[in-house]
Amino acid sequence: MRIVVGQGSCGIAAGAAKVYSAIEKIVPETCELTITGCIGMCFLEPVVDVYDGNNLVKRLVKVQPSDAEKIIAFISGDENAVNDIEITDEDKDFLLKQTRIALRHCGIINPEKIEEYVADDGYKALEKVLKTMTPEEVIEEIKLSGLAGRGGAGFPTWFKWNAARQAQGDYKYLICNADEGDPGAFMDRAVIESDPHNLIEGMLIGAYAIGAKEAVVYVRAEYPLAIERLTNAIKEAEEKGYLGENILGSSFSCKMRIKAGAGAFVCGEETALIESLQGERGMPRLKPPFPAQSGYWYKPSNINNVETFANVSWIILNGGEAFSAMGTENSKGTKVFALTGKIKKGGLVEIPMGKTLRDVIFDIGGGIRNDARFKAVQMGGPSGGCIPEALLDTVIDYKALGATGAIMGSGGMVVMDETTCMVSMAQFFLDFTTKESCGKCVHCRIGTKRMLEILSRIVKGEGKDGDIELLEELCYSIKDGALCGLGQTAPNPVLTTIKYFRNEYEAHINEKKCPAKACSDLLSYRIDAEKCRGCTLCSKKCPVDAISGELKTAHSIDVSKCIKCGACYNTCKFNAVIME
Amino acid sequence: MSCCNCRKSDLSLVKAVLDKYAGVDGSLITILQHTQDIYGYLPVDVLYHIAEKIGSTPAKVMGVATFYSQFRLQPVGKYLIMLCQGTACHVNGSEKIEKAIVEELGISDGETTADGLFTLKNVACLGCCSISPVMMINDETYGSLTPDKTKEILRSLKEKEA
Repeated sequence: MRIVVGQGSCGIAAGAAKVYSAIEKIVPETCELTITGCIGMCFLEPVVDVYDGNNLVKRLVKVQPSDAEKIIAFISGDENAVNDIEITDEDKDFLLKQTRIALRHCGIINPEKIEEYVADDGYKALEKVLKTMTPEEVIEEIKLSGLAGRGGAGFPTWFKWNAARQAQGDYKYLICNADEGDPGAFMDRAVIESDPHNLIEGMLIGAYAIGAKEAVVYVRAEYPLAIERLTNAIKEAEEKGYLGENILGSSFSCKMRIKAGAGAFVCGEETALIESLQGERGMPRLKPPFPAQSGYWYKPSNINNVETFANVSWIILNGGEAFSAMGTENSKGTKVFALTGKIKKGGLVEIPMGKTLRDVIFDIGGGIRNDARFKAVQMGGPSGGCIPEALLDTVIDYKALGATGAIMGSGGMVVMDETTCMVSMAQFFLDFTTKESCGKCVHCRIGTKRMLEILSRIVKGEGKDGDIELLEELCYSIKDGALCGLGQTAPNPVLTTIKYFRNEYEAHINEKKCPAKACSDLLSYRIDAEKCRGCTLCSKKCPVDAISGELKTAHSIDVSKCIKCGACYNTCKFNAVIME
Repeated sequence: MSCCNCRKSDLSLVKAVLDKYAGVDGSLITILQHTQDIYGYLPVDVLYHIAEKIGSTPAKVMGVATFYSQFRLQPVGKYLIMLCQGTACHVNGSEKIEKAIVEELGISDGETTADGLFTLKNVACLGCCSISPVMMINDETYGSLTPDKTKEILRSLKEKEA
């Protein structure tokens, strides 16, 4: 028997490390205790799997350190010992309804042991490429697969590889963009933490295809565990001869290193990332020349996202056609989404392109938490948009999602219910882009600031007639006037919320009301005298003594003192406090 | 090149880092990351020293140091609270968590408590969206926060230090 504790960042935050130590203390010598990465069922963390050989015998969820004894009892033969923490059939569907390629090893193998990766067909694709394929054939296979950049832009991978292959230059670089800066996205972190060798293998195949001798992974500094596991994986791969000089006895040599980013969203843009790699401020370069011609240290360079590389070894082993058999006309293969927000079952979802948003959110994600009503799903982070209920049947496809005004993006999918104010959501994103704008282009630097000012006025109830039109005008000029993707897409959250939730903007501006009851400046509180039992709880909770009333008589709120903190509303057990 | 009259940091602490990286092109960010690990922040006089050693200008070093959110020019408390303000955390009430921290510690974003124990820093996504709202204190991540739970965590750290 083997006990495997899921230890991704989320799992550890949910207590997986404590569970591991609790089991470690009492585990018998006959039973192996090990770790794995993230299985993606974040809503059930910490997850513990019990294996007999390669067979998963039991999957235990929401495990607490106090459950350790039950688990040991189970492996010692007490079959019913863990019944109360076993995953339900309904929750099993979360994984059964997925098609996992990029995530195929995540939550299954031990990310800190290369042997487990190798045993699961690891580095076989690299071997096949080095022993039987020319770089051109590799690029052809990727072309056949239809793989497109998973970082957000969706540019055909083969085309970039081919451009870098064709570029003249004695030294070429292959770079992995692991600067996963989109708030709400964590697919890349999960891949690196859970299956670092898959990333290394995909990168090596890419390096072989373009003729790069050096590969660099640019990882966010906020991902310490990912950096630790990838560092270990690179060392293991070097020791086993998968990295370095004359890899697997071939003439191909490639070294790899990690560069930790220092926190700047704009570095997700490839030329800004290159500047950052060179130790500069991450400010985008003018294109052309494209990185394929003049990139890192002005040498031909190719940059792909983590998830893109994570698909490569599967494509080489199974053939490009098997990959392109999944998906739609425009979008092939699978895509990983980080499903979060007001969702019942949040986690990582990998599904073939062509499924609908409804499939992901309701069928796999189980719908909205507390059975509240779905309002919108935000896709693509600060570069994307909010898609309303009416468009839930939109298929997952670069073109179809683009037509809504949102984008596929890197895969962040933040679900919102009716308590989320869409104007405040737009303000939230503009606050983000204003801070993250590198300052190079005037339209982006100042335009986003002006938009944020207008949005902040609106949510405070100081919106004016004409604000919506002014916002739209600013949106279009920023789109036109910005050099890089950050500025060009920064208006998307505003444009989509105006497009689909214009009534909310109008309610804020004209009636000074927030329909979602989320903007505190537009709310007022009063006590319904008929419902109030005079329990005094609210007056005790009120931080500014704005509530008065005798015990067992109806209380009232002094509006002039009220700071609209909502403490009374959250405290009242009789629903007597009314928020309007 | 020296910095007016504020030279006070022990520059010998960065010697090993500079010996290793000063001659390697494009290492400024790496040097600054190590420097911050050593001092806990980036003292201005050390930045001047780095500029001199790598053959650059203080303006350029300062430019990089202020561009990236990871770098700070002021010392931080023993416990650095990084409160996630990513989308998922925002939707799930990170504002209330911030309020709870402000109430409990009396500091707002970017500030440090008078006893030098806590610094609050709002950060973009920490990538633990599924257990949002989230905060990281030093290297430990705390998820599924509520205002009460947040206060409890802070109190237990305070008690530990008392």
